[in-house]
Amino acid sequence: MEPLSNKRKVLEVKPLNFLERAYLPAIVGGLSTTMKHFFKKPVTISYPEEKREFSENFRGMHSLKRDEEGRERCTACGLCALSCPAEAITMTAAERQKGEEHLYREEKYAAVYEINMLRCIFCGLCEEACPKEAIYLDGDIVPADYLRKDFIYGKDKLVEAPLNQ
Amino acid sequence: METPQLIFSIVLIVVIFLISLVVAMYSTYAERKVAAFFQDRIGPNRAGPWGILQPLADGGKMFLKEEIIPTNATGFLFIVGPSLAILTACIGSAVIPWGSAIQIGGHTFDLQVTDINVGILYIFGVVSLGVYGIMIGGWASNNKYSLLGAIRAASQNISYEISMGLSIIALLMLTGTLSLKEIAEQQHSWHWNVIRQPLGFLLFLVCAFAETNRSPFDLPECETELVGGYHTEYSSMKLGFYLFAEYINMFISSAVMATLYWGGYNYPGMDWVAAHTGPTVAPIIGVVVLFAKIFFSIFFFMWVRWTIPRFRYDQLMDLGWKILIPLAIANIVLTGVGSTLLTHFGY
Amino acid sequence: MITFYFIAFLSIFFSILVISAKNPVHSILYLILTFFTFTIHYILLNAQFLAIVNFIVYMGAILVLFLYTLMLINLNKDSEPVKPFMVKLAGVVGGGILAVAIASSLKLLGTSNPVLLQNPDLGLVKNLGKVLFDEFLLPFEVSSVLLLSAMVGAVLLATKEKEPKAA
Repeated sequence: MEPLSNKRKVLEVKPLNFLERAYLPAIVGGLSTTMKHFFKKPVTISYPEEKREFSENFRGMHSLKRDEEGRERCTACGLCALSCPAEAITMTAAERQKGEEHLYREEKYAAVYEINMLRCIFCGLCEEACPKEAIYLDGDIVPADYLRKDFIYGKDKLVEAPLNQ
Repeated sequence: METPQLIFSIVLIVVIFLISLVVAMYSTYAERKVAAFFQDRIGPNRAGPWGILQPLADGGKMFLKEEIIPTNATGFLFIVGPSLAILTACIGSAVIPWGSAIQIGGHTFDLQVTDINVGILYIFGVVSLGVYGIMIGGWASNNKYSLLGAIRAASQNISYEISMGLSIIALLMLTGTLSLKEIAEQQHSWHWNVIRQPLGFLLFLVCAFAETNRSPFDLPECETELVGGYHTEYSSMKLGFYLFAEYINMFISSAVMATLYWGGYNYPGMDWVAAHTGPTVAPIIGVVVLFAKIFFSIFFFMWVRWTIPRFRYDQLMDLGWKILIPLAIANIVLTGVGSTLLTHFGY
Repeated sequence: MITFYFIAFLSIFFSILVISAKNPVHSILYLILTFFTFTIHYILLNAQFLAIVNFIVYMGAILVLFLYTLMLINLNKDSEPVKPFMVKLAGVVGGGILAVAIASSLKLLGTSNPVLLQNPDLGLVKNLGKVLFDEFLLPFEVSSVLLLSAMVGAVLLATKEKEPKAA
């Protein structure tokens, strides 16, 4: 067949000479290669104690942000849930009562906000969709757990800690 | 046998038994660590500092696993298999001289359980018996893969026993005795047999790898072809016994290799040390030296395992029958001619 | 003496089990045990070399090969050939004649003088080697020639002659 490129190299298979047939030099060579690796620094990162640096645009666990006065930014508009391709987000909206102005920035807020971490694909579309800059995927890796129900994260796990604490 | 020596022998048996078990236990740990280092990893490091409690954790796990005996297995032989494997692995240590005679409180004791005058042949017999554990277990499992593993083990062991025996014969022509104790004594200071028998040692080494079913000759448990090999159907501590037997075998064959070829408990400058430390401490140093040799040999087993890929089955048989046996016979002839010429010219 | 009787009883017991076991693999395993008791007999007779050779060669090699072959053959009830009655009868008659021959020969010999060993350490390697390669050199070498010819014969039987292909 006509070669498509000129990169083809025809290898000439020679019969092995005595030293090659005896295998011992090859075995010794192999042993020295492994011995070199024996003294190399291990590449392992012992995970829970050591962590690999995340890249700048790493998307981890979600957090619901607060504004500079410590009020929740989310207004429960539902755009994140709508944009979510995995349908991982649900929420229930509620009206802000008198005296709760220091808690919620907008007049409407999310009374329940749940993300199913088993459904979430960490695409970041919720982040893009949010008009209030309330949700960011800037957290850690979502930890493992034993039960499916424990992967549905509510507001207790998602909302950022209050400012002055 | 006098009473103190008898008591000492019993103590020695117990101690050696415990040592071989501990060495085998920590060989599993060492194997994992060594493998990790060869592959630029860390290895087990969770159980205890540096993971040194890992063997205990493994043992505990093995004991607590569910005991499964397949319905179609031959029940009694299914249990006999692993028991025989570990029994034959353990009894090999009886004739190995662990050190020269030691003096404690005015009595002189031999650091050897028994010095039978056919010591090498005893080791050889025990090794050849070792295959029964695998064969019986593999057959009793009533499983194709187990049976194939057992058959592979049998043919491999028989094939390599021949060249192993022939390589030992060349050694025996030089030593003129079958007693391991005398062989060890002949290699005083630096007169190690490996200097006189380099080819014989190489052949013995290859055969030792094959006899202990270690990589690159671990075809009886070749995962890619035979699932788990002869121990496919085994679980719990019965599997543990099979794995354990492999490591004890490795320990014993390392000890035999060290005694036959690497001078046993002898080391250069031992006379000077003996003169300066007295008849109690000097033998202990000898024992330490022997164990250093054994541990290096075990390390070498592991080093090879993580370097050389497994043979194909026909290559294994070719190597055994067409290369090792002729080489071993050539070695016998060379040894005979050499020693005759040397004595003729008066060396 | 008690040890001897015990071991002798065991060897007879196991050898009976060899022929009475239904499963051929079991009967091989009993044969291994029988050979093991033989090894103990040799040790009792102070023939260490013979004991260990019996151990290595018979237990360690030959019986492994037996077991190996039997494991490869699928032996079960269906594949067992049904022997005709005449063969069974011939077997019984032959066995009976053999028993009579052995009994009569034993009776003819009577109680021979117990063999007195001049050297009780004859069974040790050194003495045995000296006797074998000195006094009995010729029979020893002849037997090795016999083994060699048997091996050549086996190889000859195993290699199939290439039939000339008729065109």
